[in-house]
Amino acid sequence: MNAPAYNFAYLDEQTKRMIRRAILKAIAIPGYQVPFASREMPMPYGWGTGGVQVTAAILGPQDVLKVIDQGSDDTTNAISIRKFFAKTAGVATTTATEDATVIQTRHRIPETALHENQVLVYQVPIPEPLRFLEPRETETRRMHALAEYGLMHVKLYEDIARFGHIATAYAYPVKVNARYVMDPSPTPKFDNPKMDNCPALQLFGAGREKRIYAIPPYTQVVSLDFEDHPFEPYRFNAPCALCAAENSYLDEIVTDDKGGCMFVCSDTDFCEGRQAAGHHGSLSAAPYKEKAQEKSNG
Amino acid sequence: MYVAVKGGERAIENAHRLLANARRGDQSVPEVSLDQISEQLGLAVDRVMSEGSLYDRELAALAIKQARGDLIEAIFLVRAFRATLPRFGASEPVDTGAMRVQRRVSSTFKDIPGGQILGPTFDYTHRLLDPALAEGFVPEVPAMGEASTAPTPRVTDILGRDGLIESSPQAEDGASVGDLTREPLNFPADRDLRLQNLARGDEGFLLAMGYSTQRGYGRNHPFAGEIRFGEVEVEFAAEDVGFAVPLGSIELTECQMVNQFKGSATEAPCFTRGYGLAFGQSERKTMSMALVDRALRARELGEEALAPAQDEEFVMSHSDNVQATGFVEHLKLPHYVDFQSELGLLRKLRKEFAEANTPNAMKEAAE
Amino acid sequence: MTTIAELPPGFVDKVLSAQSTFRSVMDAMARPGSVQRIVPMAGTPDTMMRGTAAIALTLFDHDTPLWLDARMSESSDVVKWLKFHTGAPVIQDSSIASFALISDGASLPALERFALGTSEYPDRSTTVIIQVESLDRGRSFELRGPGIDGVATLQATIQPADLFERLRMNETLFPRGIDLVLVADDAVVAIPRTTRVVSKGS
Repeated sequence: MNAPAYNFAYLDEQTKRMIRRAILKAIAIPGYQVPFASREMPMPYGWGTGGVQVTAAILGPQDVLKVIDQGSDDTTNAISIRKFFAKTAGVATTTATEDATVIQTRHRIPETALHENQVLVYQVPIPEPLRFLEPRETETRRMHALAEYGLMHVKLYEDIARFGHIATAYAYPVKVNARYVMDPSPTPKFDNPKMDNCPALQLFGAGREKRIYAIPPYTQVVSLDFEDHPFEPYRFNAPCALCAAENSYLDEIVTDDKGGCMFVCSDTDFCEGRQAAGHHGSLSAAPYKEKAQEKSNG
Repeated sequence: MYVAVKGGERAIENAHRLLANARRGDQSVPEVSLDQISEQLGLAVDRVMSEGSLYDRELAALAIKQARGDLIEAIFLVRAFRATLPRFGASEPVDTGAMRVQRRVSSTFKDIPGGQILGPTFDYTHRLLDPALAEGFVPEVPAMGEASTAPTPRVTDILGRDGLIESSPQAEDGASVGDLTREPLNFPADRDLRLQNLARGDEGFLLAMGYSTQRGYGRNHPFAGEIRFGEVEVEFAAEDVGFAVPLGSIELTECQMVNQFKGSATEAPCFTRGYGLAFGQSERKTMSMALVDRALRARELGEEALAPAQDEEFVMSHSDNVQATGFVEHLKLPHYVDFQSELGLLRKLRKEFAEANTPNAMKEAAE
Repeated sequence: MTTIAELPPGFVDKVLSAQSTFRSVMDAMARPGSVQRIVPMAGTPDTMMRGTAAIALTLFDHDTPLWLDARMSESSDVVKWLKFHTGAPVIQDSSIASFALISDGASLPALERFALGTSEYPDRSTTVIIQVESLDRGRSFELRGPGIDGVATLQATIQPADLFERLRMNETLFPRGIDLVLVADDAVVAIPRTTRVVSKGS
């Protein structure tokens, strides 16, 4: 039998070269979706194959990798992807945003500000921001070529007419370097401002749709809006119940079937870090203290 | 007091142990071997090889076993393995005209040179569940003749001799064959890429699309010119050696549909072609593929393309079951961050709606 | 004549050397004007600098048509080394090249003769790799654009002397355009099509 033998970071070298060339063009043309010959990965399409291919193409033995899904290092798909790279590339992994050199994410941008020595790799399901307005690739490609984005503004304005607000709460379209309209991946619009003028390199991989795109560091990223309806990031009414953070994105945890719920940070590393530093919310629990001690002992 | 859920890693490991046990089932029942799958579930192996794009019966059988008989999961396993294999080049085109046919039928002629050969087929079996198969069944020995040396020319070649069917498009000498697993796909796509996409495409999807053309959504008046199944030689032209090296033989099914005419003031009318090819014995797949191939040639043949099966972007973007199942099933992954974002927006919109629709009297009373 | 056995070697560790080289080039492209170092060593045929050799081994293959300037293409060692180690087809028509290697900047052809991409596919453009004298001394250039926090300053000794004036065509062509990679020994600087360069004189 043809027993499988796999390369460092799984991908063969020819595939890595192809992806690396696509990444360089993506950086050179911010926000433009570069087609690439996405490979079949050992995890399903739609489960992060684009992000995994980008990470596999850039990752080296000196890197420290963090993987998050919904902001958390401990969601099952994040664990699965982190284990994949720990196994195939033998890289060090971390949950601490600050310590990571490569962060692969699905649906969130970490709360902790990113720095220059980091690359943020997004998993992207549908890279084309115009796809739900125009399903045909031939058409959307022409619209990008001509920077013809009127349709997108019409859609957003129809929302305002109907609901009084732009009814897009995540995957909120942005314009990159004043040229390409880009899908930020399904991050909540709360995270959009973090993409603007970010010191870290941001790479986006869409495996099933076979596209790679990028935002270079220190690049202007503007959320689409109107003068009379400016972009507003989503705000929460209460601080995190565990760490009392005022400006983080919160998950709603349903605590019973009688309407009880609480709000806690979706970025678990950020939340744990704040609790370890002595910040306590209304419902903060003892186990974090123990955990912090374990860390310092270990 | 609230503690965030932890221990995902242990949960994953245990889930995989549960899977391994469920796969094995009752351990007092003998384990199924790869040979048994390959020999007794041969058509499942054929499908996994075809849609997995890898001709290896043993690996396909392993994939079926590992996937607990879920063929799309098995196809996925084979594809993921295939993606890591090095490429040495493309084989010479196989000559299906020189196929050692085990089965060959044409619906367009009563008899054809080389004869109609029924071969192993479900056709004309009465679909009655057979209790004899439930255990220890030994089939009767079939009548076997000497392999005929008579040539079995393709029906389309016979029609082509008189110009009754369009000639099969010839590739330019030295033109490379597209490979959508190595190059990103762009639209409009050439026929080589379309055929590759269909050959890898989901049998059920192609069946439904092909069927839709028969029911009038892009009708193309097909006749099954010929369906043949048998062995062909595969050869590889090694640049250094200077001649084609035989690599072995594979089993293929080929379907050539003969469809209604094209023609113009300058060109005599002739039948048009639809083509299907698959590994192993896969007649439903190749016939469906031939119908869809013909439908997708609408633009090239100057026909109006209004039906789903004629829409190249629609068909090619949705035919792949590994892509489709991944994206459909990814809805299982947590989406609570985006959901929270929508929930917040919806609550805000509802609050504003309620305020706007509160009768004035009540507003005043409240104030 | 050099036989294959006598050709300078490629990377000792193909996988990790290519990764390390790529990260240097990626960082260079992401932070225009910043000087990145290429650490892995490979053999360097004839006029090829070690940075160029490492980039070739990292990014070139059968799928990347390659255009060589006269000084490169006249060296049979360079041509043989590239063919043996990368397999990249060397072509005469610069307008379909994925990469161009320039060792004699003074005779750099008009940039319009390289692939500029199309409006639909601006990525289908040539990455032009130019070997230069120095990337840490010489004239000062002020760079602005994506990847740069405000202004970056590059000190370099470059031929042709009017390279950055010629590159101004990128402003009007965008999103089409040429991406440049400058190499001096093991130092690499990238100037993607979004970077605007102003000469500050010597």
